[in-house]
Amino acid sequence: MSSLPDATTCYELLARMALIRRFEEEAGRQYQRAKAGGFLHLAIGEEATIVGTTSVMKPEDYLIGTYRTHGHAIARGTDPKRVMAELFGRVDGTSGGRGGSMHIFDGEVRFMGGYGIVGGNLPIAAGLALSSQYKGEDSVTVCMFGDGASNTGNFGETMNMAALWTLPVLFLVENNLYGMGTAVERHSAQTDLSEKAEGYGIPGERIDGMDVIAVREAVSKGIRLAREEQRPTLLELSTYRYRGHSAADPEVYREPEEVDEWRQKDPIETFSKRCIEEGVLGEKEVRTVREKAEELVAAAVEFADASPEPALDTLYENLYVLDSDAWYAVDERSPEPHRGEREATMPDAARELAEAGAAYAEEEQAERPNPAVHGDAELGVPPEVASEVDDDSGEDGPREEGEG
Amino acid sequence: MAELRMREALRDAIAEEMRRDEAVFVMGEDVGVFEGAFKVTEGLLNEFGEKRVRDTPISENTIVGAGVGAAMGGLRPVVELMTVNFSLLALDQIINHAAAIPYMFNGQARVPMVIRMPGGGGHQLGPTHSHSLEALYLQVPGLLVACPSTAGDGKALLKTAIRDDNPVVFIEHESLYGKRGEVAEDDDEILRFGEAAVRREGGDVTIVGILKMAHVAEEAAAELADSHGVEAEVIDPRTLRPLDLDTILESVRKTNRAVIVEEGWPHGGVGANLSALITEQAFDHLDAPVQRVTGADVHMPYSRRLEQASIPHSEHVVKAALAALEGAI
Repeated sequence: MSSLPDATTCYELLARMALIRRFEEEAGRQYQRAKAGGFLHLAIGEEATIVGTTSVMKPEDYLIGTYRTHGHAIARGTDPKRVMAELFGRVDGTSGGRGGSMHIFDGEVRFMGGYGIVGGNLPIAAGLALSSQYKGEDSVTVCMFGDGASNTGNFGETMNMAALWTLPVLFLVENNLYGMGTAVERHSAQTDLSEKAEGYGIPGERIDGMDVIAVREAVSKGIRLAREEQRPTLLELSTYRYRGHSAADPEVYREPEEVDEWRQKDPIETFSKRCIEEGVLGEKEVRTVREKAEELVAAAVEFADASPEPALDTLYENLYVLDSDAWYAVDERSPEPHRGEREATMPDAARELAEAGAAYAEEEQAERPNPAVHGDAELGVPPEVASEVDDDSGEDGPREEGEG
Repeated sequence: MAELRMREALRDAIAEEMRRDEAVFVMGEDVGVFEGAFKVTEGLLNEFGEKRVRDTPISENTIVGAGVGAAMGGLRPVVELMTVNFSLLALDQIINHAAAIPYMFNGQARVPMVIRMPGGGGHQLGPTHSHSLEALYLQVPGLLVACPSTAGDGKALLKTAIRDDNPVVFIEHESLYGKRGEVAEDDDEILRFGEAAVRREGGDVTIVGILKMAHVAEEAAAELADSHGVEAEVIDPRTLRPLDLDTILESVRKTNRAVIVEEGWPHGGVGANLSALITEQAFDHLDAPVQRVTGADVHMPYSRRLEQASIPHSEHVVKAALAALEGAI
C-alpha cells in the first residue's frame, strides 16, 4: 500500500468524497420528494474513483463522463448549488434546467459533460484530445465511462482512433459490476475490462476503485503518459454503487449481502480510518469534514429551492448559436402566417402554445405521479417499467413522508 | 467568375477556408491519400498535410463524435461521410450529440462543424448507397441543413457552413459533382442560409425542387413553356433548415399552384412537410391541391430500368404541374 500524501491533500480528498456522498444522499431524498424529476443515478460508493481522478488533474485538463456525474462536476470544482439547481430544473442550474441530472456541464472547470447515451462520450473525448494536440496545448482529456459502455461500438472505434492518432487521452472504466441490472459476467465476454483495449494497442490496468490513493496514483501515471508521451491508457477502476442503477431500480439482480460486503470497503470510511490511524488527520478534522459537507449540501438545497423556474420565452434559447437576427427554430405547430426566419423573438402563437403546456407543470409536484416510481397506465408507462418500483425505503424513508 | 465542376467548387471552398482559418480541418474515410471517394478533397493533403487532412478508420459514429469533441475544443472540423447511407451509422452523434449539445448544456458548448455527405440515385449503386435523407435531417432542431444544386451555391454555402457556429449537415448529390457552373472567385463570397433562389420566374405554377431535382424542375419548366404555354416559377430553397418559406409562399400567392420535387421517399418527405406548410399558411391562395413528385417508396433498386423507374424525371414534373393547372389551361 502506498503511503498517504500530506495532511492538506488528505483533508481535501476526504472533504470532496464526503461532499459528494452527502450531496448524492440528499439528491436521492429530494428525488423522493419529487423536487428532482426524471431519472436519478447516484454515485454513492464510487466517490474514490471520482475524487482520486480529479485530484491529479490540472485545471486545463478536460473531464468527460456519463449520466452519473453530479459528483464529477463537484469534484472538478462546480458549486454544488448549481448542480442541485440543475436537478431541480431551475434557471441557476449548470444547464439552466435544460439538461437535468444526466446532463451536467460546466465549461469553466472543463467538466465537458454528463452524457445520457451509454458510450456516447467516448468519441467526443477523442475529439477533445485531438483539439488539444492540434493546437499544441498541454491538456489531457480524461474520459470516464461504465462497464456497460465497454461493449458499445464506440468503445472499439474510439480505442482504435486514440491509439492510431496517439491522442492525449486517458480512459477510465468505472466498473461497478453492473450495466444497469446486468452483471458484468453476463454482459461482457472479457470480464477483466482492463484488457479490453489491448488489441487496439492500449495497455490497461485494474485498480482498486475503493481506494482513493490507489486511484490517484494510477490516474496520475496515466495522465503523465498521455501528456508527455501522447500514449492513451485504459484503467479499470473496480468499484460499487450501493444504490440501484437509478432511483427506479428494484435491485432484483443482486443480494443484499453483496451490498453489505462492498460497504465494508467504503472509500470514505476506510480512508478516514487510515488517515486517523496513521496520524495524518485527527478525529476532529474528520468530523469537521462531515459537518462542512452537511452545511454545503443544505445550502445547495436552499439555493436550488429559491432559484426560479426557467422563463417560457427562453424555450428556444441556445438551440442555435445566432450570429445575427436569425431565429432558426421554426415553430411549425401554429397555423398562423409564417413569421419568417429572421424573427428574433418568440412569436405569439409559439408563446401561447408554451404557456398552455407549461400550465400542466403548475400542479402540485407531490401529486404528480412519477412514472419511474409509481407506474401509471394513464401515462402510458409500460408494465415492465411500472413493476420496477423502488421507493428506496432505506435510510431516506418513503417519498411522501415529510421529513427534515 | 470561373466555370467549375461542383466537386472543384466544394474543394475550393474547403481550401479557401482552411487557408483563412487554422482551426478548420478535414477528416473522413479516404479523404487524404485517396483524395475522397468522389474526389472532393483532391489536392488538400498535398497542400495542408496530414495534420489538417486526416484519413480516418471506417468508424462513422466515432468520426462524427471526434468532430463534435474537436469542435467543443475550439476547432472547426469538416467531416466527410462517404455517403448519406453511411451517415446512418453516425446518427447517435449527429442527433443525440452534435444537435443537442448546445441546447442541453445551455449554450456553454458550441459545435461548429460541417458533416458533408453525398447521396441520391442514378448510378446503379443499389439499396445501400443511393439514399436521399434530407427529410430525416431537416426534422432535427439544432442542425442546419444545406442541399446545394449548383457549383456556385455549393461553394458559397459550404464556406458559410464552415464559418457558422452550428452543426451543419451538408448534403451533396452524387450526380451533380461533375456538373459545371459559374463560381465566384472572391474568397469572401458566401451565401446566407435560408435564402432560396428563384431559378426562373413565372406566374402560372410554382415548382420547388432540391438538389438534382432543382435541375429537373428547370427542365420541366422549359418543357411547360415550350409545349404547353405554361410559365412556371422555379424555386430552389438551397437550405432546408432554415427554410426560406417566405419566398415560396410569396410565389404561391402569385401562382396559386405548387409542385414540390424531391428524390427522397414520399411518406413524411420534404414535400410532405412543405405541402403542409403551404396549405396551413396559404390555403386561401391555393386553386388546386399541392402536388408532390417524389422518388418511389422503395429501397433504390440496382437494375437500371428499375432505378430509373424509381427516380423523378422531368416528365413527372410536367404532369404534376399540368394536374395542378387542370381546368385553368
